[in-house]
Amino acid sequence: MSTTAEKPAVPDREPGTAGPSLAALGRRGVGRRTIRAGRVRRLTRRDKLVLAVMVGVPTLIQLLLVWLPTLFSIALSFTRWNGLDLKDIKAAGTDNYRFVVEDYPPFWPAMQHNILWLAFLALIATPLGLLLAVVLDQKIRGTKIYQSIFFTPVMLSLALIGIIWQLFYNRDSGLLNYLLGTAGTPAAVDWFGDSNVNIWAAMVAATWRHAGYVMILYLAGLKGVDPSLREAASIDGANAVQTFFRVVFPAMRPVNIVIVVITIIESLRAFDIVYIINRGTNGLELISALVIQNLVGEGQVIGVGSSLAVILLVISLIPIVFYLIRTFGKESKA
Amino acid sequence: MSTLASPAPRTTAPGAIPRKAGKRHYGTHIFLAVMAVMWLVPLLWALFTALRPKADTDKYGYFSVGGTFNFDNFIQAWTQGGFSKYFMNSLLITVPSVVLTLFFASMMAFAVSRVSWKFNITLLIMFTAGNLLPPQVLAAPLFEMFKHLTLPYSFSDSGNLLNTYISVIAVDTAFQIGFCTFVLSNYMKALSSDLTEAALVDGAGIWRQYWNIILPLCRPALAALGTLEVIFIYNDFFWPLLFIQSGDRLPVTTAINNLQGQFLSNYNLLAAGATITVIPTLIIYLVLQRQFVAGLTLGSSKG
Repeated sequence: MSTTAEKPAVPDREPGTAGPSLAALGRRGVGRRTIRAGRVRRLTRRDKLVLAVMVGVPTLIQLLLVWLPTLFSIALSFTRWNGLDLKDIKAAGTDNYRFVVEDYPPFWPAMQHNILWLAFLALIATPLGLLLAVVLDQKIRGTKIYQSIFFTPVMLSLALIGIIWQLFYNRDSGLLNYLLGTAGTPAAVDWFGDSNVNIWAAMVAATWRHAGYVMILYLAGLKGVDPSLREAASIDGANAVQTFFRVVFPAMRPVNIVIVVITIIESLRAFDIVYIINRGTNGLELISALVIQNLVGEGQVIGVGSSLAVILLVISLIPIVFYLIRTFGKESKA
Repeated sequence: MSTLASPAPRTTAPGAIPRKAGKRHYGTHIFLAVMAVMWLVPLLWALFTALRPKADTDKYGYFSVGGTFNFDNFIQAWTQGGFSKYFMNSLLITVPSVVLTLFFASMMAFAVSRVSWKFNITLLIMFTAGNLLPPQVLAAPLFEMFKHLTLPYSFSDSGNLLNTYISVIAVDTAFQIGFCTFVLSNYMKALSSDLTEAALVDGAGIWRQYWNIILPLCRPALAALGTLEVIFIYNDFFWPLLFIQSGDRLPVTTAINNLQGQFLSNYNLLAAGATITVIPTLIIYLVLQRQFVAGLTLGSSKG
């Protein structure tokens, strides 16, 4: 079983080299040893300097603009600060966390919404994408056109998706109320405005994009499944459903892992769409939106915003670490 | 393979290879057609609304086909919304970000994949993990870092890095390097090591191995990633929202946040504005669809 680390190179290679990736692996192993041997003899001082710059500059950018801020976020979450003068930063212990958990009304709704968002993507959007991929992987007429249609929303930003669906969901001029026959009557629903339904409306809009994304990844995954596996299963008398769930689906493990991680991360990152609807208030609270409300709002409660950011970070680390272990676990041992 | 929508007889056929009977796909086609219509409706509704003058929708209602269809809303939205400015801003942010991202990521990928040394896996993990973090985690410190970094007013009229394109370009680049490094390093690993060895024997330095040998071979991957990154960065809503305060410096994607207020309840104009912002992505999609899909599946690790 190859890891995702090997997979990506395959699609773009010509068919001849696509199959025997094991051979390529072997070659690579040998090759690297030779280079290592060569390195001792041949890496000049100048080469080492060049390498140091090649590694150093991106690493510095990454440390300075990604990891250092992450550490600062953790540090700031234990302080009280209005964001003005650096001298005003006061230690606050765990006060911010206690405030968020006990006294900050939108916190628990936001947690629930994030979980709901994840459940919706995991149980509806992702399976829908998989279903579309499986259906479109057959030799049916017009499969390319269908693929293009389902894929179109993936090209759009979630902010724009919010606007487009706003037009569709609108109480007075939206198509949905018209199709439901409620347009112009008091029963018409303001899908993005009504705090009872707007989270569902937003998740449907997010599904519109997520399912297409999942579909395209699974289409690539399905193409990579060795056809002889299917033949073997069908010779053994397995029906289509059995073949899919017992043979094809498990064989796509690398893609499955990527999809699981993407689904979780996307649901934690969900921000743009709720922010463009109503800045993540009134039924659309999400942790990510609360972070920003606390940073840019009137009060600029940096400490509270940072403690929310750290909570988001800790939750995000679960799928991230899972993914890293799956992807790099074998390599670092090798 | 066969689907849940397909009729039962096939599942009972034992040893035969069922896929050859490509005719009885009615169920599948109905399913796909229904889904495709559902998928297109929101887009077509926006386009439909955008093509109709406000006066006509007021007169006949939004759910009618009466009246005229023209591009007046597009023209009005373009001028009134200041789209030319926003598109320029998007261009000024996207192009440098993508070029820098690919440049730095390819150097990094070369170093971790073609030269073996102690920390390459560690660095690769750090880069990959960084790309998966939710941006909101870094928002406060980055905002404050940029705010407290004093710059001469000749360089930035805010006196710091806020409200500059550079802030957005820098953070977009830093955030995307991780993903591109991951993808490119996998791609480079799969290239035969004979290539660089031969160069090594000829006395070519590291830079020449990277620039003249490996990079040209990575052209397909770079094209795919480049397309993907153009879309990602063009679609980025969050960083400009955080760093740029002057409305006239926002890129298109973030500027549409203000359109709702600007066009008030003129949904025809709003629809036209939304449609205008779709156009660049649609063009890229139509011209470079293959590259884009290749880019997505190449890494499949975008968060």
